[in-house]
Amino acid sequence: MKKLINSVDNIVDEMLDGMTAAFPQYVKRLEGFNVLVRAKGPSDKVALVSGGGSGHEPSHGGFVGRGMLDGAVAGEVFTSPTPDQIYEAVKAVNGGKGVLLIIKNYTGDVMNFEMAEDMASDDGITVSHVIVADDVAVENSTWTTGRRGIAGTVFVHKIAGAAAEAGLTLSEVKRVAEKVISNVRSMGMAVNACTVPAAGKPGFELEDDEIEIGIGIHGEPGTHREKISDVNNITDKLIDKILAEGIYSSGDEIALMINGMGGTPLMELFIANKHAHEVLDGKGIKIAKTYVGNYMTSLDMEGFSVTLLKLDDELKKFLNAPADTPAFVQF
Amino acid sequence: MPSKIYECISKISESIMANKDYLTELDREIGDSDHGINMARGFQAVMEKISPDDSDIGVALKKAGMTLLSKVGGASGPLYGTAYMEAGKIMIGKTELLPEDMKAIFEAAISGIQKRGHAVRGEKTMLDAIIPASEAYSAKISEGSDMISAFEAACSSAREGVEYTKTIIATKGRASYLGERSIGHQDPGATSAALTLEAIRDYMKGK
Ligand SMILES: Nc1ncnc2c1ncn2[C@@H]1O[C@H](COP(=O)(O)OP(=O)(O)OP(=O)(O)O)[C@@H](O)[C@H]1O
Ligand SMILES: [Mg+2]
Repeated sequence: MKKLINSVDNIVDEMLDGMTAAFPQYVKRLEGFNVLVRAKGPSDKVALVSGGGSGHEPSHGGFVGRGMLDGAVAGEVFTSPTPDQIYEAVKAVNGGKGVLLIIKNYTGDVMNFEMAEDMASDDGITVSHVIVADDVAVENSTWTTGRRGIAGTVFVHKIAGAAAEAGLTLSEVKRVAEKVISNVRSMGMAVNACTVPAAGKPGFELEDDEIEIGIGIHGEPGTHREKISDVNNITDKLIDKILAEGIYSSGDEIALMINGMGGTPLMELFIANKHAHEVLDGKGIKIAKTYVGNYMTSLDMEGFSVTLLKLDDELKKFLNAPADTPAFVQF
Repeated sequence: MPSKIYECISKISESIMANKDYLTELDREIGDSDHGINMARGFQAVMEKISPDDSDIGVALKKAGMTLLSKVGGASGPLYGTAYMEAGKIMIGKTELLPEDMKAIFEAAISGIQKRGHAVRGEKTMLDAIIPASEAYSAKISEGSDMISAFEAACSSAREGVEYTKTIIATKGRASYLGERSIGHQDPGATSAALTLEAIRDYMKGK
């Protein structure tokens, strides 16, 4: 394993201090915790807290700032943060209008966030949560813990964040977040797996000419393997699987995200984006806004995911609202 | 002289540490390569938190549970954390472990894990080791066995449970995303649970 680190044990700690040193105008770290909050402190609005394992940078700390999150909790690499850390974040960002937790659907995350919610509620803080489950690679049957939360989560941060900034109440912000969740779907693939520093080797091994379809964002294996083909063909597969959900049809307006997994050159993401536009245009699906870049990564994994969000007037308004955070700036 | 509960938890901790890479490797196959790392981080902190003077079993177990909850993370943190805390609750004020206490500990731990994780037996989780172990233990005790032989029975049932996890599809936790592909792989959490029980057995036998 070759990594630019000092010691496996200090990765999260050193990263968070590095982030605050880079963006002091946006974020500060809660003393003694792996939590980033807005530099200016809580304000008179509903506060949003998200988080999860580290290794998905810029998620989630990079989205702390005006128009998006108020706090982000960083767990160890790919491991859900613990309840005490989440609880501290909730206390720190609470401005009296309540706190909404945005949780990606993983057993560990859901349990740890729910325990923190119980702790904060016992303190008299009004807390509620939403669970993002946008990954269509996982069949949503009663036999699994449900779909995983992946890149679509960033749209929840953006849109719920704008709703909170606009002064909506906790239950209204939650309603908007849930509307995003029911209209957003993603699917990803990998050319190469990532290496968790503490594990020292890749999560799975692929032959030189093999790719893994349906991967999550934790180096876990996907739904199947196949021979590599050109990126247009791969993009088609991801989009087809998303469209098979039946929620996007001709005449709809959507937002599109081509998300890099951390080790993919932007050049390749743009090529995928070009084709995604051609395909969606061809189906009469109107792309109102496109995001291409590394939003929800998986360490050094090479690959990408496609996310589609169906918009209505309300979602469009909040998507287009300004945001000013380390990793998402929009005016 | 260090207290009994301190020595017992040390034994569990040693076993988790010694099997850190093994547990992580099992999780690499059907999860996200972190179970051994998570558990080792937790037990390292537990050993810093509890002291050889902690003689109250309940107090020591609750400390261990709180520490696991705040250090392990993942799915196993809340689950093991809750299990130790629930076990601690029923042992407060006790410095000796009687056969019926162990039965109550098993039951409290299982109901704690189920309260948090909503899993039942057969979903390829730690419960597939712990529930059979608990049943085997209780059966032996009601037959009039002594605690050590009852615990031996619990450990072999836990191991059978671990073997059984290889044959079933995961329907809880991260491994459930693999569906059929999870068959053939041993559940990391069931394995750490069996290791925990074996460490307690070794402690009881003075090994
Ligand atoms: N709902 C559940 N009930 C009981 N045990 C569970 C449940 N979900 C997972 N487990 C156990 O947890 C083990 C995995 O623990 P681990 O420490 O690797 O957490 P994780 O699932 O990777 O967490 P995270 O998703 O946050 O990374 C599994 O092997 C399984 O035995
Ligand atoms: Mg794991």
